[in-house]
Amino acid sequence: MAEPFLSIQHVRKSYGSNTVVQDFSLDVEPGEFVSFLGPSGCGKTTVLRMVAGFEEPSAGKIVVAGKDITRLKPNQRNVGMVFQAYALFPNLTVAQNIAFGLKVAGMPKADADKRVAEMLDMIRLPQMADRYPYQLSGGQQQRIALARAIAPKPKLLLLDEPLSALDAKVRVSLREEIRSIQKKLGITTIFVTHDQEEALSISDRIAVMYGGKAEQVATPFEIYNRPATKFVANFVGTLNVLEGKVTDAASGKVQVNTQEVELKGKLNGSKSGDMLSLALRPEAISLGRQPGRDSSLTGEISEVHFLGSVIRVRVGIGGNTVSLDTFNNSATPPPAVGEKAEISFSSSDMLVLH
Amino acid sequence: MKSGKFWAWVVFIVGAAYFFIPLMATVEFSLRMRRGVHSFDAYQIVLGDARFQSTFLYSVIAAVFTIILGVLIVVPAAYWIRLRLPQLRPIVEFITLLPLVIPAIVIVFGYIRMYGSNSPLPFLGSNMGANALLVIGYATLALPYMYRAVDTGLRTIDVRTLTEAAQILGAGWGTIIGRVILPNVLIAVLSGAFLTFAIVIGEFTMASLLNRPAFGPYLQNIGANRAYEPAALAIIAFAITWGCMSLIQILSRFAPKSANRPN
Repeated sequence: MAEPFLSIQHVRKSYGSNTVVQDFSLDVEPGEFVSFLGPSGCGKTTVLRMVAGFEEPSAGKIVVAGKDITRLKPNQRNVGMVFQAYALFPNLTVAQNIAFGLKVAGMPKADADKRVAEMLDMIRLPQMADRYPYQLSGGQQQRIALARAIAPKPKLLLLDEPLSALDAKVRVSLREEIRSIQKKLGITTIFVTHDQEEALSISDRIAVMYGGKAEQVATPFEIYNRPATKFVANFVGTLNVLEGKVTDAASGKVQVNTQEVELKGKLNGSKSGDMLSLALRPEAISLGRQPGRDSSLTGEISEVHFLGSVIRVRVGIGGNTVSLDTFNNSATPPPAVGEKAEISFSSSDMLVLH
Repeated sequence: MKSGKFWAWVVFIVGAAYFFIPLMATVEFSLRMRRGVHSFDAYQIVLGDARFQSTFLYSVIAAVFTIILGVLIVVPAAYWIRLRLPQLRPIVEFITLLPLVIPAIVIVFGYIRMYGSNSPLPFLGSNMGANALLVIGYATLALPYMYRAVDTGLRTIDVRTLTEAAQILGAGWGTIIGRVILPNVLIAVLSGAFLTFAIVIGEFTMASLLNRPAFGPYLQNIGANRAYEPAALAIIAFAITWGCMSLIQILSRFAPKSANRPN
């Protein structure tokens, strides 16, 4: 494994008796795009601000390219940052905003002008050089902010919820643009978001955070399909949670309500009689018996919502409710509330939450 | 609805009359110096008076130094309080209001006792020292206006994020204040500066008790000994003050517009 470009080592941050980040560690490879995903107050922005130098860790250290930057001031770190509120300087034009970092670094004017033009081309806004920030839309302002952050060629790019102030359509197009620019420049990037779709769609890896700790650091595929903790499973995507009781730990048999499912090799450490939380993604469940699905449960349909192309069905199984979506089929009417229904799934898709 | 509009006009006309009638009477009286005809004689005498020119120039210079001192104290202080010490804001606001409740005469007597020629800091032992003390006193008197103007300006921008954005781009404190903060609150600073100018030009108590050749004592002196010239001076002082207020309005049109709150 190559030397990590950014290494956050056992970092902790406390304000008085309130600890907002507890023993957070993460290694980021050169050119990697890592997202910090979590609910408000989970400490993701605090970790980012410690990497930027706006907050000093109470313990631990931060190393970039082999150099300990923990105690360096923000203006000594050579890090670029994009803020949620754009933070463009209102008194400067777009070109002057992009040139700000270059001017501070003492770059000759001709070189700075050339770099500004390159940046404006990169974000496809070359005609905006002489405009002021108030003359731009939110999406344009954030692209300018991105160009301003990248212009001085920082070692590391930090994005603090850069899309959350934008409307849904702009958010999708801008996140794709950010990812494509990041890949093109190969710049190591940390992206903070509370939007799971954003994190899943553009990250190489995601650190899901909760209560000041990283619950799981993995690829989007692993985070979604193999969540390490109950929090990750619940926070990322929609999940049906069923309460079950281990009836035979050796053969992996678990009783849900009065019915039995077999979860071979998934009950590590569980004993017969233990209560378990089992989870299934809605897309892993089918209504009725389906070929290739080795497990099934029977219940009663409690709700049916016709949403056009999709029909959302809720099935009650004892005290548990399972939600699943089926595609609309014009030849078959939707199921009725109160009908008995069998749901089927692959036991390999069932997650045991710890 | 129509009756509401009628009464609104009545209130407006009464208010305008209350303001303009004394002003017009003063203008009219200032033009009566020559018997039987209206003339600008009183203005010619006042403007041609060497003492008018020297005291006015003295007060303008004192105002410029007061503004510089006020900006140097208030801008970094208000910025730092907004950025790092927001919990101190109520205390600082209270302190800046004190000059409005403590009469200037109390402040100036305090100065005379503290900085007399026999004190360890004998400001009053020399002309330069007394001038410096006058400027310091004026900066104190103008503090409520300057602080509020600058603080209001800082409220219109996201001080913390702009500071952090500049810091992460490599800027030090000098660059941040000089290139990011000050240009964005310049209009507010100018508002404070013109209010300071207006206060300093007419100030009497401090200048008189510190025995400085300022415009305020000159105004008082003329008022006590002449008939038409004080009216002309009052109109000139009024025009200067209104000129300052108009400049604030004109300059505010050039204010940089906030990225987050487009006008």
